[in-house]
Amino acid sequence: MRLAKILITGFLLFGLFETSAAQDTTNLLSQLEKESAENKINYAVATFKTTRIVDGQSVENLPKNVLDLRISHRFGPISSGAYNFFGLDNATMRLGFDYGITNNIMAGIGHSTYQKTYDAFLKFRILKQSTGALYMPVTVSFVPTIAVNTLKQFDSVKTNFSDRVSSVFQLLIARKFSEKFALQIMPTFIHADKISFNHIKQNIFAIGIGGRHRLSKRINLNAEYYYQLPDTKAPGARNVLSFGVDIGTGGHVFQLHFTNSTGLTEKSFISETSGRWDHSDVLFGFNISRVFQLKKKH
Amino acid sequence: MSKVLTLFILLTCMHTRINAQLYYTKNAAISFFSRTSLQDIKADNNQAISVLNIQSGTIQLSLLNTAFHFPKAKMEEDFNEDYIESARYPKSTFKGTIADIGKIDVGKNGSYSVKVNGDLMIHGVTKSITVPATIIIKNGTLSASASFNVLAKDYNIRIPTIVENKIAENIQITINCDYEKK
Repeated sequence: MRLAKILITGFLLFGLFETSAAQDTTNLLSQLEKESAENKINYAVATFKTTRIVDGQSVENLPKNVLDLRISHRFGPISSGAYNFFGLDNATMRLGFDYGITNNIMAGIGHSTYQKTYDAFLKFRILKQSTGALYMPVTVSFVPTIAVNTLKQFDSVKTNFSDRVSSVFQLLIARKFSEKFALQIMPTFIHADKISFNHIKQNIFAIGIGGRHRLSKRINLNAEYYYQLPDTKAPGARNVLSFGVDIGTGGHVFQLHFTNSTGLTEKSFISETSGRWDHSDVLFGFNISRVFQLKKKH
Repeated sequence: MSKVLTLFILLTCMHTRINAQLYYTKNAAISFFSRTSLQDIKADNNQAISVLNIQSGTIQLSLLNTAFHFPKAKMEEDFNEDYIESARYPKSTFKGTIADIGKIDVGKNGSYSVKVNGDLMIHGVTKSITVPATIIIKNGTLSASASFNVLAKDYNIRIPTIVENKIAENIQITINCDYEKK
């Protein structure tokens, strides 16, 4: 009786073992997977599709050794009517080159036809959103920008170089909430130049909000709005509101957008926009971005 | 008393048997290669995990798609965002059996050509495949390698017409595992 019991228990256990033999590799595999997952930091990638949301900077940086050639076009306001072919007869553009110095530091230069402006910026990524071994809820970047208005003045008006220089300092705080949706907040300080616009206060504070919604694998809907603090805002200046769609194909990204600003540098579109959405002073524009990898990664 | 003892002995035997036949690696090297007239793309992942039961022939592989590295940063981003969709399908896996495992003697140096059948899961799609592989035993260490081709469309990965001449439909996959004994 006792022997029978032992034998039955033995057979039962052996049966268990036989089925578990197929399971042992699965168990070890999931144990190894767990171990490596615990030591891994998962960074949020592609919070936005490109380094710009619409006109303004996004938290995306160019990877190291990548050159980005950007051509941005803005047509005239739709409100200019049929005679101007609803704005398409007028166009301003900015030609820019951006470059990734490291994976977290990028630099860019550009020239805009609007007010013959030269501009340069740096973008430093300070924090990177991550999960896993390190948890970080947001990505944070710092962007200083400088711009020079080189438009010729009437002889009677004497301007110094320093009167033509403006600077903008932005903090970009972004979170990728899901594969479909990301949001960014941009506290901004602007020191305006003396000749471009009728500024009463030279120092302007603004706060921007931008978002990305992924419509399909390669198509995104982006929006951007900058609110200027009322007591620093220039008379006649409006807050800029822009919508854009970007379409990515390989190394190219096309961005199509509608905005009420003509300027393409931070200082002009944040603090010197005069167009009004409610007066259909809306402009159609598009950007083309082409990236080149200058040195191979490996 | 003797019951407990028998149980104990039985369990101990099983435990040692289970452990003695398992091999694993956390650094299996998986690469894939796309060749077209316009450009060749090679991506490497050296952090794949593999487990092999030399007794039963069960072999398993698992990797994170985000751990593939490409020569160009933009390719890596596109691979994860648009093609393999890493956020939806973080892993690619293989689970199968080495059909002729019986002919392998771990105690003897040698190279064995074997056939592996099993299920390959990429991009959320599982397909049965049979591929030739080589197992090499050298002074007690065990390594395995395999090379085979898969079609992107079999795994619901669509290559847009605009990049058709830059990304091959037929992708070559190469696997190299140097196992350690568990």
